[in-house]
Amino acid sequence: MSESERLLDPTSELEPPSREPVALPASLDGLTVGLLDITKAKGDLFLDQLGLRLAERGITVRHYAKLTSAKPAAPEVGQTIAEECDVVVEALAD
Amino acid sequence: MHADGLILVAKRECPTCAMVEPVMRQLAAGSLPFTVYSQDDPAFPAGVAGVIDDRELEHSWRLGIETVPTLLCLQGGRETGRAVGWHRSEWEDLSGSGGLGAGLPDSRPGCGSRSVEPGVPERLALRYGGVRFDSRAIRVAEDEDPVEACYDRGWSDGLPVVPPTELRVLRMLKGTSRSPAEVLGAVPPALASCTIEKAAVNAVMAGCRPEYFPAVLAAIEAALDPAFALHGVLATTDFASPVVVVSGPVARRIGMNCGVNVLGQGHRANATIGRALQLVVRNVGGGRPGGVDRSTLGHPGKYTYCFAEDESDEDWEPLRVDRGFSRDVSTVTLFAGGGVHGIWDERARAPEALVERIGEWLARIGFLGNPAHALVLITPEHYRIYREAGWTRARIKAALAEASGGKILIEGLLLVRAGGPAGLLTAAIGGWSVGERGSNPITREIGT
Repeated sequence: MSESERLLDPTSELEPPSREPVALPASLDGLTVGLLDITKAKGDLFLDQLGLRLAERGITVRHYAKLTSAKPAAPEVGQTIAEECDVVVEALAD
Repeated sequence: MHADGLILVAKRECPTCAMVEPVMRQLAAGSLPFTVYSQDDPAFPAGVAGVIDDRELEHSWRLGIETVPTLLCLQGGRETGRAVGWHRSEWEDLSGSGGLGAGLPDSRPGCGSRSVEPGVPERLALRYGGVRFDSRAIRVAEDEDPVEACYDRGWSDGLPVVPPTELRVLRMLKGTSRSPAEVLGAVPPALASCTIEKAAVNAVMAGCRPEYFPAVLAAIEAALDPAFALHGVLATTDFASPVVVVSGPVARRIGMNCGVNVLGQGHRANATIGRALQLVVRNVGGGRPGGVDRSTLGHPGKYTYCFAEDESDEDWEPLRVDRGFSRDVSTVTLFAGGGVHGIWDERARAPEALVERIGEWLARIGFLGNPAHALVLITPEHYRIYREAGWTRARIKAALAEASGGKILIEGLLLVRAGGPAGLLTAAIGGWSVGERGSNPITREIGT
C-alpha cells in the first residue's frame, strides 16, 4: 500500500471510520418501495414477483434498472430512486 | 547494526566521490574490513568487492550521513571516528594507512547526501524511523480519489482539501518543536482533545506549509481560551466567526499578505492558516453548519478569515504592543467577527472629520444594540491623515470609541494598519456578544 493510500483521520475519532447503513423501517405501510434490477439474469423475475406481493399489500412499488450489471448505476438512477422512494430493494445475484 | 571496520558512504554523481575511487580500492586492499555503501549505483566504485546497494538510503539514513563521501570507523559496534568529505590526513588517521590518494589534492569537500535532499528525510524517517501516529489510518481504495475520499468522509469545508497522508503530516510536524502528543485543549462543541498531531493533520488538509504551523497552533490556543467562547461563536445565529490577525516579524517571514486585497484571496499563508483553524473546529470539535453551527446566514470569512498587520510605517504601534506584548515577538489575535463594512472617506483632511465619519459606522455595528467590540483596518492613505496630525494609536482608539457614541467599547476596539497603498478607506468588522457572556479578543504569542 502506497503512502498516498493511507490518510490520517483528522477528526476526534468519536465516530467509526465507515458509515453505518440507515436503520430499516419497522413497517412498509405508506412507504414507496423501489425495485432496482441490476440486469443480472432473472433478477427481473425475482423483483417482479416481489413487486406483485408488495402491491397486494397495498404498498406503492416502482421499478428501476441499471443499463448494465457490469458498471455502477448512472448517478441519475440513484438520484431518481432517492427522490421517489423510501426504501429500495436491489437484486444482486443471478 | 554495522560490522566493525571502515564504512564509506558515496555516490557516483559526486565528483569528490569519483575522484577518490582509487582511494577506495586502496582501503579495500588494507587490513581493516572495508564496506562501501553506494547511494546511486551499486557498480560504483569499480574494483571494490561487496559494495552495498543503498539506493533505498536506509543505511545512509541510519548512519546520519549528510555529505558524501563520509568515512566512518566502527569498533565494537560503536562509531569511533568520522571524516566528512575528502581529507587525506583524516582518512589516513581513521584507516591507519599511509599514502592514500597519491596525486590527489589534500582535501576536497563532498556533495550533499541523497538522504538529506528536500523531502527525503521525512520519507526515510517514516519508512525506517519507527514513526508512529496516534491518529488512526484510513485506508483509501486503490482506485479511489483521495480528495474525493476526504469529501466522502465529511472532512472538507466544501473546497478540496489536501489529503493528509502520513508523509505530509510528518512534514507538517517538522514545522514545530512541540511534541505531537501535546494537547492544545478541548475543541467545542464535542470538547474533543486537540493534540498537536490532530492540528497538523488539519493544517495539511487546509494547505498550510510547515512554517505556518506555529501560527496555526497559536490561533487554535487562542480559540480555545474560555474567554473567546468558541462554542458560542460557533453556535450563534449571528455572523460571528474567528478572525485571525497576525502581528509581528513572523508575518513577513512566512509570506503573509498585509497589503493589496488584504482581506481577499490570493495568498497561501492568509488563506490556509485561517482555514486550518476552521477545519479543526469542524473535524476535531465536530462543529458543522446545521449541527451546532446555527449561523442563519454565515459569511465567506467562515472558510478562512486571516490577515497580517502592515508594519512598514515605523510610526505605527503594532497591535501586539497594544495587546501587552513585546514588539520583538509575533502574535495572533483572535476576534469574533462578522462581515466587513467598507467605509470610504475621500473628503476628510483632518483626523477629527475622519473619526466622525467612521464613528457613524461603528455606532451601527454593535451587537443587537448592545455595546460591542470592533476590529478596524486602517489603510495607509487613511492612516496618513492621523499620522500627519500626530495622532497615536491610543488617540485614534479613544476618538473612535467616543465617536461611536458608546456603541464600541474601547477595550474591545482593535486597530490594525493594513491594506493596499491606494484608497482612502477604512474597514470595520463588527463583533458579537462580549464580556462574561460573550467573546473577547484573545492574543497569543506565536512560538516555535
